[in-house]
Amino acid sequence: MGKFSGFRITIAQVFKPKVTGDYPNSKRPKPERFHGRHVLNRYEDGMEKCIGCELCAGVCPANCIYVRGADNPPDSPVSPGERYGFVYEINYLRCIHCDLCVEACPTEAITETKLFEFSFTNRQDAIYTKSELVVDDQGRAQRQPWELWLGDEDDQTSGWMRATASAGQAEFEGKVGWSGELGVGVRAAEPSQDKTRTAIAPTSEPEEVALG
Amino acid sequence: MIRLFAADPLLTGDIDLTVLLIVIVKTLIIFVMLLVGVMLYIWAMRKVIADMQNRIGPQKAGPFGILQSLADGVKLFFKEQSEPAGSDHRVYLLAPYLSIIPAFLAFAIVPIGGTVSIAGRMTELQLADPAIGVLFLLAMSGIGLYGMMLAGWSSGSKYPLIGSVRASAQMLSYEAALGLAIVGVLVHSGTLSTRAIVNQQAWTGAGSIFTDWYWLPAIGAFVIFLISALAETNHPPFDLVEAEQELTGGFNTEYTGIRFALFYLAEFMNVITMSAIAVTLFLGGPNGPGLGFVASDSWINTWFMPIFWFFLKLMVLLYATVWVRASLPRMRYDRLMDFSWKVLIESAFLWAMATGAIVVGRNEGWNLWILTPAVALGAFLIYFVLMACVPSDKELEEIR
Repeated sequence: MGKFSGFRITIAQVFKPKVTGDYPNSKRPKPERFHGRHVLNRYEDGMEKCIGCELCAGVCPANCIYVRGADNPPDSPVSPGERYGFVYEINYLRCIHCDLCVEACPTEAITETKLFEFSFTNRQDAIYTKSELVVDDQGRAQRQPWELWLGDEDDQTSGWMRATASAGQAEFEGKVGWSGELGVGVRAAEPSQDKTRTAIAPTSEPEEVALG
Repeated sequence: MIRLFAADPLLTGDIDLTVLLIVIVKTLIIFVMLLVGVMLYIWAMRKVIADMQNRIGPQKAGPFGILQSLADGVKLFFKEQSEPAGSDHRVYLLAPYLSIIPAFLAFAIVPIGGTVSIAGRMTELQLADPAIGVLFLLAMSGIGLYGMMLAGWSSGSKYPLIGSVRASAQMLSYEAALGLAIVGVLVHSGTLSTRAIVNQQAWTGAGSIFTDWYWLPAIGAFVIFLISALAETNHPPFDLVEAEQELTGGFNTEYTGIRFALFYLAEFMNVITMSAIAVTLFLGGPNGPGLGFVASDSWINTWFMPIFWFFLKLMVLLYATVWVRASLPRMRYDRLMDFSWKVLIESAFLWAMATGAIVVGRNEGWNLWILTPAVALGAFLIYFVLMACVPSDKELEEIR
């Protein structure tokens, strides 16, 4: 057949399952430790974790984070320590989602969600301010009007730091070394990154789930 | 005189207001049917190609995305219409209409149903049944060529010009093969009228698929017709005219908005028309088995079933065109010309002559058991002599 074998190949595909999905109505599960947009976490008592140390701004390779710290007001402290993040802005036109800010943060205040489907219509919207980044009273990310979420996509907020020790040492894997989060408590460890120990990693490809 | 224009029983008697109205209604129905047909064809094409590439395809506009082409059309209507500074303004405006009007007109000769009675008048379910029949198709596709040629010429831009030069060379070459392939049927039918050709392929039982429909008696002509019809409509793998990797878009590069849409519409309309002509000439047109359990003169058997069979056959052919589109890569230009001039035209010519000899022999009562092998042998001999005269690729290399 040679020249005409293309016909057999194309007609065979008709009977095979589709690779693409009904995208905005249902989504494929995202990888663990996906780097989406950030949230500013709070402790279980509602206090903010950010202490305004500006380490995230210092480490950011894209210079997209702007932080200014301030002393906690003594009668109504915002964070448990001495200082808190007074101004916190992330410019998502610059952010490359490298997660270095999450690694730099000493208090696990900034973590990344799996949310990434935004369509801004102006530059002002692209700069997330502190009031937009900080989690709400249920510990969930705040939904902005230009963000597309389905179901519980905002559920996972701190995947990277719960996968391994911050130094990457294997003996800390699976050991809880992180503080609790508002509305969630102390989260369980994420599955291993080490392929030789697949016991806690999912063994099969996750099924596509229809959401909302 | 009346015979030249119409064999339709509607037009043989006095022509009064009722007849006029029937003709106008038929015209409107054909017009709307072609527009909706193109819309559905483009949607189906995208869905079928998506199937063949493990994708879903359009799904947003309407149920299953069926309104996607409508949405695209509406978008094109509201687009800005730009025109290059160096264009030949009047010809530039004329070209899209030279493309679209013949595309509409060519469908007029396609019989889409049987002979029915409307308001007491007998009429054929086709817009026109001129005595020149299928020659009208060739004429219209010849005029359609001017649309492309002038579009590229008047744009005052180089890529469109190359595209239109390709278009004229390609369409002229394949029109020759197309015309000769049609001769392969005309030798059998002895008439040019599409209605008469369809009537000769009447359904007399399952055997008539093989004996009465012309695809098997004219199998060579059928294959040549399908190939050259694809080339004539600039359908992949013969879409050199608008090879976007080479020409950024071909003859229509400088057209935007609704003017571009007219070219696009004409292109797909021509695919539908060519498939409909293939159904008419080779696959029995609207002929097919009626429903046995209803009376043969009920509306189901006179109106519905012929139209059903016509559209079923048309859809099978259109699916095949999409299958070809999804499977074959675009041909190289010199291969395209070689294929037409060195293979298709000779084959079509020899097929027509061989068929002619056999038909004459049958009518004269010659011994077909001797005649057929002799004719086949002669045809092959002439073909190989012709092929021996054509320089091979190696010899051409040496000449260069």
